[in-house]
Amino acid sequence: MFQTVSLSGSRGERQLFSDISVTVKPGTLLAVMGANGSGKTSFLRMLCGLLLPDGGAILWQEKDIRQLKELYTAQLTYIGHLNGIKDELTPVENLKVSAWLAGDESSGAIVQKALEAVGLEQSVHRLPTRVLSQGQKRRVALARLWLSTRPLWLLDEPFASLDVAATSYLTQRLQSHLSNGGMVVVATHQEIALPTDSVQHLRLAR
Amino acid sequence: MSQPSMSEALRGVVRRDLLLAMRHRSDVAMSVFFVVIVASLFPLGVGPEPAVLRMIASGVLWVTALLACLLSLGRLFTADYLDGVLEQTLLIPQPLAVLVVGKVFAHWVISGLPVVLLSPLLGLQFGLGGDSLGVLTLSLLLGTPTLSMIGAIGAALTLGLRGSGLLVALLVLPLFVPVLIFGAGAVTSSLAGIGSEANLSLLGACFLLSLAFAPWATAVALRIALE
Amino acid sequence: MGINWFKYSSPQAFHPLAGRMIPWFSAAALALIGIGLYIGFFVAPTDFQQGDAYRIIFVHVPAAWMSMFLYVIMAAWAGLGLGLNARPSFMMAQAIAPTGAMFTFLALLTGAMWGKPTWGAWWVWDARLTSELILLFQYIGIILLRASIDDLRRADRASAVFALVGVVNVPIIYFSVRWWNTLHQGASVSMTASPKMAATMVTAMLVMTLGFWMYSIAVTLARVRCVIAERERQPSWGKNSSIQEVAEAR
Repeated sequence: MFQTVSLSGSRGERQLFSDISVTVKPGTLLAVMGANGSGKTSFLRMLCGLLLPDGGAILWQEKDIRQLKELYTAQLTYIGHLNGIKDELTPVENLKVSAWLAGDESSGAIVQKALEAVGLEQSVHRLPTRVLSQGQKRRVALARLWLSTRPLWLLDEPFASLDVAATSYLTQRLQSHLSNGGMVVVATHQEIALPTDSVQHLRLAR
Repeated sequence: MSQPSMSEALRGVVRRDLLLAMRHRSDVAMSVFFVVIVASLFPLGVGPEPAVLRMIASGVLWVTALLACLLSLGRLFTADYLDGVLEQTLLIPQPLAVLVVGKVFAHWVISGLPVVLLSPLLGLQFGLGGDSLGVLTLSLLLGTPTLSMIGAIGAALTLGLRGSGLLVALLVLPLFVPVLIFGAGAVTSSLAGIGSEANLSLLGACFLLSLAFAPWATAVALRIALE
Repeated sequence: MGINWFKYSSPQAFHPLAGRMIPWFSAAALALIGIGLYIGFFVAPTDFQQGDAYRIIFVHVPAAWMSMFLYVIMAAWAGLGLGLNARPSFMMAQAIAPTGAMFTFLALLTGAMWGKPTWGAWWVWDARLTSELILLFQYIGIILLRASIDDLRRADRASAVFALVGVVNVPIIYFSVRWWNTLHQGASVSMTASPKMAATMVTAMLVMTLGFWMYSIAVTLARVRCVIAERERQPSWGKNSSIQEVAEAR
């Protein structure tokens, strides 16, 4: 169970949001929405522990994440704006390393299956990521979700630069994660095609 | 829930960086060529007289190795910072200081170790012989990883800043001075016949001290840079 | 003491308090430095070996001491800031750095002024001067690091980390430079081999040091006030500012 209590944050001189309290129960997705610059990314980074909030607390299983530290980060998978992949390595190599570092299955066969599941054809699996398009690179970054066994997913605009097919693959994957009792927090501009009883909305406004 | 063990995470980080270096083999060559070229500038500037060269050898070769390390620091974290890999590294559930050791180690293998291996040849160019060549190599073997670890602090503090190249130099050179003194001092005392054990032990102490503290300071600096 | 000191830990309250303290410290500084200089330049006896040129030592040694003390104090404030996540501590560290750098430069300058008539060279690579030089680099590094970072929070914390790293380096530098000096025999000039200290000389140096302390405190308080004023212009100061104030401030 995941919740924020009276969270407030600022970026440099600007105060972004204040007094945000939400609870995310297992099997639900929290969609964080708001205009550009409203603090969605900062909010997500606070949930990761990368950014310190001005006030309030973030609780995982009712314990403050600042005290849990690594016990908390072991529970989450974060995919931010940046893809977190190396241009010089192939998608297969990138995913193998990510999976290895996350303690997930990282054998060649499983990695290839994950890449296919996100819609990346076999032919590009062994090309350096440098030559792929933006959309393809985003898919490589998102492929981690097909290998992740962690309960909490924090995703920053995962649907950006995805085409219709990839969007539906991702939505399906999110659905199966939620069905398994996982939790997702997504910063997004668009509505997500999931059953309404499993989706909460949080609108950040200045 | 799966979680990598500390050694698995460490190995993963080192393997990725070494794999990347193999795709960029020019990086290794660059450090080596830099040292060779700069070391050759000194005889050109000072004159080829063997006695003079032998006297300045320890200082010249050590400063050159130090500058090579300094220049390579930009490659330590910047690429990872720009493509998002660094923030993922911060989220790995293992002590960041340990992962930093991994990165610095891989970085040293690429930029520092080649210089150490090349040093006997450079020493010969400057008229060093026998014992002092050995001492030169040993001092660089102890010293260059120390410089990399200390330099990592500066690299982390200046991540993503404009003009960071010069700023890193300014921050890190005062921290390099003791290592330089003991390292070059080892070679000098070997040439003077005094024996280099004292300097080498101090150098070893610097290595251990930096291994104990520098990665932790670097980890703190990285978190600050990524906020 | 009956005063509630925590009341002054908020910068808004500290600003006027600092303002009231500055004149006292300035006056004390003026008095003590004046007395110190008088004793040093007029009362203390002419040195047997070095004549009257040695008198610059009454500025050189206290300045060198101050450069070291101030670095340690700055690092202490920096450490406090990092530990407590307290902005006022960072502001104190920020305020001290330029004064520390100034004293380091003064020590180097007076060192050169001493060296010229005594040993015929404007610069000698002796242990203390070389260590002071490296200390100056560390001060400049902190100031430039802060200047290079736009984000205030990152600037505070990064320069704090560097201050702490630097303070660990200071004793190591002193040891290693001394070591280096003994290794390279032939550097027979040494400023640590200073003239035998008559009682008046010691008094003069202590008085000067105290005067420099007063000066440092006065200047630091003045600078902290500037820093507070600068930062208060930024609307996100403190949790009490509302969105309304944010809009008005633009």
